[in-house]
Amino acid sequence: MGNYFIRRILTAIPTLLAISFVIFAVLDLAPGDPTGTLPPQIKPEVRAQIREALGLDEPFHVRYLLWMKQFFINEPLNILEETTGITFPGSEDRLRITSWSSRGKPVIDLIVERVPQTLWVVGFAYLLAVLIAVPLGVIGAIRQNSIFDQISTVLAVIGYSMPTFFTGLLAIVVFSVNLKWFPSVYNTTLEVTDWASFVAQIKQMAMPVGVLAFFQTAALSRYTRSSVLDNLKQDYVRTAYAKGFRERYVVFRHVLRNSLIPVVTLVALGIPQIFAGAIITEQIFRVNGLGALLILSIQSFDIPTVQTVTFIFAVLIVAFNLIADMIYAVLDPRITYQ
Amino acid sequence: MAVRTQTAPPPQLAQDVRRTHRTLWGDAWVQFRRNRLAMIGLVVLALLVLGILIGPLFYRVDPEYIDITQANLGPSWEHPFGTDDLGRDLLARNLYGGRISLAVGVVAMAIAIFFGTLVGLLSGYFPALDNPLMRFTDMMLALPQLPLLLVIIMLFRDTLRKLLGPELGIFLLIVSVIGILGWMPTARVVRGSVLSVKEKEFVEAAVNIGVHQTGILRRHILPNVLSPIIVSATLSVASAILNESALSFLGLGFPPDVPTWGRLLYDGKDFLTFTPWVVIWPGLFISLTILSINFMGDGLRDALDPRQRT
Repeated sequence: MGNYFIRRILTAIPTLLAISFVIFAVLDLAPGDPTGTLPPQIKPEVRAQIREALGLDEPFHVRYLLWMKQFFINEPLNILEETTGITFPGSEDRLRITSWSSRGKPVIDLIVERVPQTLWVVGFAYLLAVLIAVPLGVIGAIRQNSIFDQISTVLAVIGYSMPTFFTGLLAIVVFSVNLKWFPSVYNTTLEVTDWASFVAQIKQMAMPVGVLAFFQTAALSRYTRSSVLDNLKQDYVRTAYAKGFRERYVVFRHVLRNSLIPVVTLVALGIPQIFAGAIITEQIFRVNGLGALLILSIQSFDIPTVQTVTFIFAVLIVAFNLIADMIYAVLDPRITYQ
Repeated sequence: MAVRTQTAPPPQLAQDVRRTHRTLWGDAWVQFRRNRLAMIGLVVLALLVLGILIGPLFYRVDPEYIDITQANLGPSWEHPFGTDDLGRDLLARNLYGGRISLAVGVVAMAIAIFFGTLVGLLSGYFPALDNPLMRFTDMMLALPQLPLLLVIIMLFRDTLRKLLGPELGIFLLIVSVIGILGWMPTARVVRGSVLSVKEKEFVEAAVNIGVHQTGILRRHILPNVLSPIIVSATLSVASAILNESALSFLGLGFPPDVPTWGRLLYDGKDFLTFTPWVVIWPGLFISLTILSINFMGDGLRDALDPRQRT
């Protein structure tokens, strides 16, 4: 199994390289001039200087390799220096990926500023979704075709079909405009210091978390239900019943152990997706997170930031694919790897 | 069959004659009709499509007509869905927007299904192509969809607008990007089916009587993998509509003067406090479309699967 993991990690590297190339190439070959958004009064000579300073006159492969070096070597070294306090040689002139807007701030610093907000909202939503969806799916499967099952199935399909940009707006209309329960705009500067600010934080998180969680719960509970249903038909379940075990014992000791394996992998696979989905939710509730940074930098033509954020999303996808495979291998002894 | 009808007694004869008329699609239809949710989906979707196609013929109001004196009105007889902040009629805009949203869904689906089927057939049938094509598919699946969609459309929007005009240029850009980023699930499903179909005896027989490889792929394999393709096509219409709405909702889809459902949501979201009905209609239409397509997809999957027949 150790061998399998090593091979699996090794195959992820070319995938990541290919993705980084695709992302870099798409953005780099795109028509459009980064100086095009500057005021028209700026003279052509100055524009040429700006282009030179941004390194745009270098050939494509030089720019690509430079970006790679900055992303894979310089930035990790910087993070290491900041966390451990050890200074590596050459830390002064180590080039970093800098944003074209935001006064040339390093992109990674921008990202580090934004990640906590995204993690709070996305993380909570996903946790909530898993906690609701799994019991819902399990009960739905065990009591198949009961009233509970039918209602939860219909709700799940509805939840799955309503895009978050509609449920989000609906939530604002109902809870914020009409009932005035929650604020419609997420205040990122709020710090939790006492009870009142804690309540305020909970209130402002309620809607973005609820909207994301609703969508995720719908998808996950359907999947859990069908996975449990598949297992309930198996011979080992009949055997367990035949041995005289009570239903509770059969379900918890036998069925759940088997049917939750694919659910756990799906949960891992869904994490990068929910980050991408948060782009929309962040836009609705004005959460100042990673998705908002991506939209902002796309609109201001800030290519380095867009490249880096998009690539981080890709790294998340590849990493969680890997994690999902490993979880599967660990949890399911039936699977053998050569 | 002929021999049986001659020897069978009359009542059974009638039954047998009817049986000869059963076709694969007829069976699937019978099965599909039994699924209540799928039928509801079909009816709702048909009503929506009919309304969008025929509606503007009866409801002759210009979706672009601006009348500031009539701005931000609630639903009334004159404007059944109300008006937006510029006094444009929302029913007309929703009908017109539905045409574009559905057109995006169908065209992007066609592109995704074309590439997905092609890649799936090739990698399933030719072992030499399997590994490289599937690695490529895996790589494409690992690309972050929504960020890339946003980025590509933002970057290429102006160029295509200049080349082909604002409406057509953006339309082609959006459908091709959604299509090209959406073929991978179809390719995987088709490949899986091809792998199992090509081991069947009738393919072996076709190879033995000397049918050319393209002939086998087209006449023997493709018709037998049609059901997963159809299911996948249904679901990818839904995901294409969702993607286009998400893009428009983020302000990076169609230009402001082209109302799609997503764009109408985007335009309405800043006026939630005064005119909440502006966002209710397009959101409801998107959700109803996706919901009915999903129900239909589930029904089709069951109906086209011969193992589920009773």
